[in-house]
Amino acid sequence: MSFWGYPRLDGAIGTRNYVGVISTVACANDVAQWIAKQVPGCALFAHQQGCGQAEPDMELVHCTLTSLGCNPNLAGVLLVSLGCEGPIDDIMAGIATSRKPIASVVIQELGGASAAVAEGSRLARQMAMDASAIRREEVDDSKLMIGVKCGASDPTSGLASNPSIGAACDMLIEKGGACIFGETPEMMGAEHILANRAASPEIGRKIIEIVNRMEQRSLAMGVDMRGANPSRGNIAAGLTSIEEKSLGAIVKGGTTPIKGVCEYGERPEGSGLFIVDGPGQEPKAVTALAAAGAQVILFSTGIGAPHGFPFVPVIKVTANPKTYQQLSEHIDFYVDIGGGASHKELGYDILMETLAVASGKKTKAENLGYVNFTDIWTAGTTF
Amino acid sequence: MERKAVVLNSKDNVATALTDLQAGEVVEMEVDKGAISVTLVDSIPFGHKFSLTNIKLDLPIMKYGEIIGKATADIKPGQHVHVHNVASTRGRGDIAK
Repeated sequence: MSFWGYPRLDGAIGTRNYVGVISTVACANDVAQWIAKQVPGCALFAHQQGCGQAEPDMELVHCTLTSLGCNPNLAGVLLVSLGCEGPIDDIMAGIATSRKPIASVVIQELGGASAAVAEGSRLARQMAMDASAIRREEVDDSKLMIGVKCGASDPTSGLASNPSIGAACDMLIEKGGACIFGETPEMMGAEHILANRAASPEIGRKIIEIVNRMEQRSLAMGVDMRGANPSRGNIAAGLTSIEEKSLGAIVKGGTTPIKGVCEYGERPEGSGLFIVDGPGQEPKAVTALAAAGAQVILFSTGIGAPHGFPFVPVIKVTANPKTYQQLSEHIDFYVDIGGGASHKELGYDILMETLAVASGKKTKAENLGYVNFTDIWTAGTTF
Repeated sequence: MERKAVVLNSKDNVATALTDLQAGEVVEMEVDKGAISVTLVDSIPFGHKFSLTNIKLDLPIMKYGEIIGKATADIKPGQHVHVHNVASTRGRGDIAK
């Protein structure tokens, strides 16, 4: 099987062809947004981080921004910096390894927001013009990495939509593609199953380590995690504990061996199934998948999560018939539990929809423009 | 006939409702190709769980063939199984260790 994507100089394939306007610090968000809004073909990435954070978190933010810039859905990148948050040379150099055009504007050096918007728009406009000349080509589906996420889950997520998405992942991986999922809290109570599927003992230990690390955070706060995860909405829908939610969540990655575990913001190498550490909260969890290099995201929802991502199409999948009817403007694919089809048959249909979206078909979130307000996860506090 | 509830693994002591169910309803389910039947004590909303057996205080609740928590009360067959009678054993910073 194949899809039609944008070839990049480093050999990667984009499913979208945006100029990424990436804010390097929360204080530059407005300028980045103004540039992205006035130049057709741009996608904004804004967030609340990048200053007043200890070294490990600053490294994590820079690593994430670098990885986002390298995502093949971006034809070029404009970084928007305030200036006093520190140098962004490492981010520039990191993104440059993908051989795509990259430029930056620094608000304090240029003499303020108006000048930065003018210069940033000029640079972004040139990159968008150049990007518009790139044509889609037919490529093998082994060139695809699918990010997998579940959000606003209910019991139908674990019963039907997650195992069907998992079947789609198994099929893509069999053809040489890659899949990645995260949401470490939603491995609690199911980590032994994932660790048993690790491709090496070291990877198995790493899975247990990231889950223990996440659980320690709730222990350190002296609180019961229930109410935060599973969320109030999860509980109202019938999910009783994090263990129950996790057992239903991990099947979204399918059944193949776990080939590696990435820290938040890192990119895996090679094909197969990967895990990335991070929270379940959407604006931060989807960022981790985009940073990992996913060109398309499969997102299962029970109650109805509407959120997409600025430059990676997010396909919303539900198995809840009420959600499908009431929130049809947000749902791309309905997994019909009552229809008698197997998870494998439904997974095949999901993979076909994924390849259509990878080839240019718009998702509901893209069509609505419900794709902004992203964030980056950090482990520590802000000072 | 449309299935009213599903048992995901033969080790499970709870079933998940596939539609809104009323107290007093008799629900038949398939487990390992055998049929079991439970009379509901409580009404069970779509997606929620009910007990298949007597589950004593502190004993594990099983779904997907795995432990999803432990009973905080004795639970009778057909009763609603949820946060009011099940505690999670993970992420419990509220419990002094």
